[in-house]
Amino acid sequence: MTEKAKVGVYVCHCGINISSTVDVDAVAEFAEKLPNVKVARTYSYMCSDPGQVLIKKDIEEHGLNRIVVASCSPRMHEPTFRKAIADAGVNPYFLEMANIREQCSWVHEEIEEGTAKAKKLLTASVAKVRLLEALEQKEVDAEPAALVIGAGIAGIQSALDIADAGFQVYLVEKTPSVGGRMAQLDKTFPTLDCSACILTPKMVDAANHPNIELLTYSEVEEVNGFIGNFEVKVRKKARYVDFDKCTGCGDCAKECRVKDRFPNEFDQGLGKRSAIYLPFPQAVPAKYTIDPENCLFLKKGKCGKNPKCQEVCGTEAIDFEQEDEFVEFKVGAIIVATGFDPFDPSRKPEYGYDDYPNVITGMEMERLVSASGPTEGKVKVFNGEEEIEPKEVALIKCVGSRDESVGNEYCSRVCCMYVAKQAHLIRDKMPDANIRIYYMDVRAFGKGFEEFYDRVRRENVRYIRGNPSEIFKRGNKLVVKVEDTLTSTPLEDEVDMVVLGVGLEPRADMRGVMELLRLSQSPDKFFLEAHPKLRPVDTATDGVFLAGCAQGPKDIPDTVAQAKGAAASAMIPLARGKVPINAQVAIVNEATCRGCAFCVNICPYTAIEMVTVNRFGNEVEVARVNEALCKGCGSCAAACLSDSIQPKSFRDSQILPQIAALGVMK
Amino acid sequence: MSANYEPNIVAFLCNWCSYAGADLAGTSRVSYPANIQIIRVMCSGRVNPLYVMNALQQGADGVLVSGCHPGDCHYMEGNYYARRRLGMLKDLMEFVGVDPKRFHMSWVSASEGHKWKEVVEKTVEDAKEAGPFEGFRRRQIDW
Repeated sequence: MTEKAKVGVYVCHCGINISSTVDVDAVAEFAEKLPNVKVARTYSYMCSDPGQVLIKKDIEEHGLNRIVVASCSPRMHEPTFRKAIADAGVNPYFLEMANIREQCSWVHEEIEEGTAKAKKLLTASVAKVRLLEALEQKEVDAEPAALVIGAGIAGIQSALDIADAGFQVYLVEKTPSVGGRMAQLDKTFPTLDCSACILTPKMVDAANHPNIELLTYSEVEEVNGFIGNFEVKVRKKARYVDFDKCTGCGDCAKECRVKDRFPNEFDQGLGKRSAIYLPFPQAVPAKYTIDPENCLFLKKGKCGKNPKCQEVCGTEAIDFEQEDEFVEFKVGAIIVATGFDPFDPSRKPEYGYDDYPNVITGMEMERLVSASGPTEGKVKVFNGEEEIEPKEVALIKCVGSRDESVGNEYCSRVCCMYVAKQAHLIRDKMPDANIRIYYMDVRAFGKGFEEFYDRVRRENVRYIRGNPSEIFKRGNKLVVKVEDTLTSTPLEDEVDMVVLGVGLEPRADMRGVMELLRLSQSPDKFFLEAHPKLRPVDTATDGVFLAGCAQGPKDIPDTVAQAKGAAASAMIPLARGKVPINAQVAIVNEATCRGCAFCVNICPYTAIEMVTVNRFGNEVEVARVNEALCKGCGSCAAACLSDSIQPKSFRDSQILPQIAALGVMK
Repeated sequence: MSANYEPNIVAFLCNWCSYAGADLAGTSRVSYPANIQIIRVMCSGRVNPLYVMNALQQGADGVLVSGCHPGDCHYMEGNYYARRRLGMLKDLMEFVGVDPKRFHMSWVSASEGHKWKEVVEKTVEDAKEAGPFEGFRRRQIDW
């Protein structure tokens, strides 16, 4: 670093995003007087092509070797400007950005304070940029395989696309079958395609694809490593059924001593299953599983004289000795497609979901109208006294969505249409029923949605604007208490059945995946994407991508589109076969390291090891960093007693001048 | 201390959570006091406790360090180190004659733009209460 720093400063107007609260000309004028600054300019959009050309031209003409861009967050455009200066022959790490938009112009209102603060931030950046070091971007090989977590429609689609491109895919599903929520649906809006008919072929494809290793009834236990080189450990839970021997005939379930005793999860608890079960007839793989919590033999060690399932199984597939297995493999990229949970309406006790059996959720309705459901497609409910075919039906939208009282401010995006679809299906089955939908708004935004909404209204489905306050029982009827807000009329509407159009929530068990992959949540608590507009399938963890409702509520077309997007992004490192590794790694000054190994113990990545070196004729132990493992967090540096280990680009010598610059400029 | 005294505050924010949270506050146009200047580090675990003292020495009236929520660290355990080191520093502050009100630690996630505003407001308010800091002789760094 003998070359004298010649700094170019570029202050962005960002249209008026910055210039309305920061006097950019004053900032540039101020910057010109800072030490080592050769050029200081402003431009309307620095990130635009002419903006970048401006920098490149100055580098050529003025021999600049350090660049400061005062604009938006480095989290937004640091890669853009790194590339721009690299194109002009300057090391891409000779760049510093002053965040005068997100952390200045957008959060302060007065131009005086905005300008003063922008000057300070810029000064700190100039102070630092002069002391940065040139770094080399290294690459390592990427494993040409991907892990997809969750085998609903999102996970299946991502897995199929990646596998079709010729890469190995490990598709991990927590439950015994692939298919996810979509498999539970009857028809899909607005086209009324049969959900199973369009999904089942994909489920089978996923299971049979030569490039897909399907791991059902399995959970990801451990993920180590980084983009290109993730080491994954998966727990295959014991099914107590030999996967290869089971033919899926179902004799075991028929003979089970606790036959049809337990609520079937797939039917939302409306149907019953045995302790050994197939979640649903089209389940893939068609292999039975024993539920250890309910199996008499697994629970009590005794089931009659001999377990019935074992007696009847013609292929001797039942294996009570089976234990969880672990599978380990390496992948280059990971797609998280873990889906959602439907909102639990018990959290809105005023709707009486826990009290009245004829108040049901939208998911339960899907199973009721499904020909393969527990009632074989007949809409029947128990009204507390008898089983009836309801004549008066009310559907309520926005249950658990757009509702701050339950902590969900967001719109779940699918309820407007699935409620309309269910109204249509009820009309189809019961032409005489009186159907009304209570709504706050109708959001029919997607392709074919408005047309479908129109069609349903013409099918004599009444839309009444009002958010019901209470549901209670009167005689054998349910009373929906609501105000029709279009006519300001309070109503007490007597009905036989209420369908709660429950919204979508982040999965209750998302925390596990979140911690495994270091993911964040957005304010709605779904997984946070790297950028809401431009990197909607990426996450802050390189090489980890999002697909489907794990990222936020969406319908099937949007889910499939995002799944394909995630697959395409995940394939970038796989297809390139190489990934860049972090250049901003820690480095040890072996001349001053005293070999205490504090850093070795602190490093979360075991990236530091002790080595023996010859120092002035003495054999001494010093720390050494493995650059492929170091992530550059810098925890080691804060612990080092002699300041010998330092993360590049975040050295003491680079941060202290920033502090000094901010302190001096009171 | 005059009524319109404005403290100078230096904040160290981790790249993944708090810096992103401060960015979100910006994107959401949540306004907060301009007294705070942010220095980005990759992890709160990078913040050497001496940086806090150095900032006070260099002219800051208050210092804030903010990282990911415990358990959410992008580098797995960096914020735990920060919590220990800086917690100890906070305990030592009074001993060296610095009002502990001048130093705050917080956990702000990438989605907590509003929390960031609250943290800034509290930090500024406390620094205002503590008044201008003249406890250390400034060592002029000629840069």
